[in-house]
Amino acid sequence: MSERTGEHRHAVTLTVNGVLREATVPARRLLSDCLRHDLGLTGTHVGCEHGVCGACTVLLDGEPVRSCLTFAVTVDGHEITTVEGLAEGGELSPVQRAFSECHGLQCGFCTPGFLCTVTAFLRDNRTPTDEEVLEAVSGNLCRCTGYQNIIKAVHRAAEIQAEESG
Amino acid sequence: MTTKLFGERVQRREDARLITGQGRFLDDLGANALAAAFVRSPHAHARIRDVDVSAALDVEGLVAIYTWEDLPGLLAEPLPLLIPHPALTHGRTGHALARDIVRHVGEPVVMVVAADRYVAEDACSLIEVDYEILKPVVGVEEAAEAVNLVHADVPGNVGAHLVQEVPSPDGLSAREAIEAAPHTLAFRLDIERSASMPLEGKGVYARWDADDQSLRVYSSTQTSTSVRMAVAAKLGLPLPKVEVIAPDVGGGFGVKIVHPWPEEILVPWAARLLDREVKWTEDRREHFISSAHERAQVHHVRVGFDDDGRVLGLDVNILHDHGAYTPYGIIVPIITSTQLVGPYKIGAYRVEFSSIYTNTVQVTPYRGAGRPQGVFCMERTMDRIAAHLGRDRTEVRAANFIQPGEFPYDQGMTFQDGRPLIYDSGDYPESLRMLKELIGWDSFPAMKAEAAAEGRAIGIGVGCYVEGTGVGPYEGGHVQITSDGRVHVSTGLTSQGQGHETVFAQIAATELGVPIEKVSVVTGDTRRFGYAVGTFASRAAVMSGNAIALACRKVRDKALKVAADALEADPRDLEITDGVVHVAGTPSASIPLATVAVLSNPLRYAFDKETQRATQFAGPQDDDRPPVADGEEPGMEGKDYYSPVRSTFASGMHAAIVETDPLTAEIKILRYVVVHDCGKLINPMIVEGQIHGGVGQGVGGALYEKMVYDEHGQLLNASFMDFLMPYATEVPRIETAHLETPSPLNPLGVKGAGEAGVIPVSAVIAAAIEDAEGITIDRMPISPSDLYSLRAETRLRKIQ
Repeated sequence: MSERTGEHRHAVTLTVNGVLREATVPARRLLSDCLRHDLGLTGTHVGCEHGVCGACTVLLDGEPVRSCLTFAVTVDGHEITTVEGLAEGGELSPVQRAFSECHGLQCGFCTPGFLCTVTAFLRDNRTPTDEEVLEAVSGNLCRCTGYQNIIKAVHRAAEIQAEESG
Repeated sequence: MTTKLFGERVQRREDARLITGQGRFLDDLGANALAAAFVRSPHAHARIRDVDVSAALDVEGLVAIYTWEDLPGLLAEPLPLLIPHPALTHGRTGHALARDIVRHVGEPVVMVVAADRYVAEDACSLIEVDYEILKPVVGVEEAAEAVNLVHADVPGNVGAHLVQEVPSPDGLSAREAIEAAPHTLAFRLDIERSASMPLEGKGVYARWDADDQSLRVYSSTQTSTSVRMAVAAKLGLPLPKVEVIAPDVGGGFGVKIVHPWPEEILVPWAARLLDREVKWTEDRREHFISSAHERAQVHHVRVGFDDDGRVLGLDVNILHDHGAYTPYGIIVPIITSTQLVGPYKIGAYRVEFSSIYTNTVQVTPYRGAGRPQGVFCMERTMDRIAAHLGRDRTEVRAANFIQPGEFPYDQGMTFQDGRPLIYDSGDYPESLRMLKELIGWDSFPAMKAEAAAEGRAIGIGVGCYVEGTGVGPYEGGHVQITSDGRVHVSTGLTSQGQGHETVFAQIAATELGVPIEKVSVVTGDTRRFGYAVGTFASRAAVMSGNAIALACRKVRDKALKVAADALEADPRDLEITDGVVHVAGTPSASIPLATVAVLSNPLRYAFDKETQRATQFAGPQDDDRPPVADGEEPGMEGKDYYSPVRSTFASGMHAAIVETDPLTAEIKILRYVVVHDCGKLINPMIVEGQIHGGVGQGVGGALYEKMVYDEHGQLLNASFMDFLMPYATEVPRIETAHLETPSPLNPLGVKGAGEAGVIPVSAVIAAAIEDAEGITIDRMPISPSDLYSLRAETRLRKIQ
């Protein structure tokens, strides 16, 4: 993309889903666009581009961030996990399995953001209360599910996680 | 049968790709496409004096700039008016790019194509459009006064005016019946604007194949078949040279049924002209100001009723704000008018609406499509009657219900599909009984008193609706069993998260007797199925579900015939289980469907094992019979259509308990209960998901969402920061129960479920708040500050 526009570009090196990736991007390239269009990882979705909907949430050094409010050049040298990196060794993560099992997604557009958010949440809090689960997903918009099955999925993921680590 | 899957909570087959980031949404396609961006009008009403693109020409990476003057032939003509109606005497549509006049903020004026979206937007920002600002018309009542006009040739700003009258059984008009009634009430009810607001906006990606002189278009649409016809017509291409595909679509809720959007014809046109791939992905602000809104209506209601609360006459006058254009006709106010009467027998009914132009974004159906407004009118009316008579609100409703023995019930009007409004089936008294039991209606007064003793205000509300679903004219299904035993199902309508790949596979697996793993489903791809209407009006399961079932039955009959020949059996003695045809009671006499598929084609090149195996079943040749006899076709495939005489009517009842904060006026939903009847359930898990999502949107419409236009026609809250959609913290847990009253109109006995959840929510929440506060609620949505002001006004009135 940017090579055709004549803008001044910067080399960035990111570890995305455990793989070292390089891109040359203009300073204004959003991390969301860099992931999607420069690195071809289109699983991260863009719903508002002003940081409200949370669809673009990825893990930056393990913590959830809005990739639409992050410039790619500012995360040079950092580690990023996207929805494509949640399944380990081809096996779906407990969070992914729980979302499917509990019908926690319909159109699936907001889902990558929820999955990343919940993955970080359950890593830090393995036995969350109802209130904590609600709080954890309250920064992500979904227009399809009414959230009920998403909340159920978070609890179910915690359960699967506990079963598998126990 | 081991393969019966209809009615089961089958896990979704869509999920595997969507939870791993492997979905393919519009902007995930076309990695090397050029990007389109648009200069949109910043004014609500203005004349374009000049467009100066000179400053943009130096932008590196710019490919092309187009204005209306560049558009050839039909592209330069107004966009189509999709659904004309005799009452729509002054229908108007916009142009793909504005010609002379812009009529709302966000109307597209210039299209820029560039190397990427950043650069395209750079160029847009350098294009100078000189506007002569005209007087904007904002607000439906102001527009009806017609001090200024939206379209110079539309007097009074009135696009359409329609009156429907249904006299009472003894021949009284509604107005006569009201005059003669023992009790009468008159009041006004308002609903604000909201919008579908899918998380993925619209988007179009087009590839022109110069060698093949053909066009492939991907659009985030609810109707790929109609987009295809529009593109072919507007670009002057032969229909077979255009294919349109709806990829994974990130929600629709109505806004993506409108077609062609300007971008849906401009992007393919540019791709062909430039012989380059071109893509446009709508951003959120564009979606707010240039897609579509819905809901805004003002209703004046007069009702006459007897001592039992039976409605003897109902007279409703509606002002409908349809925005700047009417591409989708007057479907929304027609639906409000006709579905307003809900599950009730209204003595005499008169409904009149005027559909009014304003300098705002156009109005087209959003999930519920006029029903939330109609139900708000009817249910608020029921509550007012109950209050007037000092009766229980559910008693008044029950007194008006159509009884189970009265179906089919003719409401005496013409529905949105132009067909008579005849309800096919339902059991409203049973729904109400279930609802009251679930929410604890009869014990609520005690609960309320207890709460009051603690200084808490709680209230309960109820709302009933009937929803015409599965409107025609038709959908089709194609089913093919290939020589590997796989079953390929396709239907033309599209999917936006409803789980069609799962429910249609359930239907096919059940009908054909094959494992669901063998079935794959494709929707919304014109390469696979060319004739379809689209996904809206809660119609996909009814229309395509039945079409696929009928197509499967054709294929099944053919398979049994071919298998019967091979097994030397009577087709009537054959069954299909787990993909194997066998003689009932004699499992050893069997033949796999895969082999049957091979046998169905006289041409048997032995490319695979099944083809080789099939030779052992090949019977002796009949030299006097052609290999493909009259009335036969090679291959194990079938196609059929489902076209109903009229819609099937689903119904439901919701109840809620809310608590209002005495100090802050914060409104909290403590319980939300749904009893839902969509006939036979194909997949209860998916139906419940649809209801949850609908209620979630309903809660948004009841408590949070409105489009705030200022007097200049500027949309003040065109972002997710300011247009408040519910998060998980705002949507209560929803308790659901199902009643199954099968539809007698279709082979599967199903009714639609997609819109149900959203329909009565504003009515229910308004009723519950009213009950908690003792303050009349007559407009929605209601915010804490609205409620706070209402309290102050009420106190003031009491003092005076």
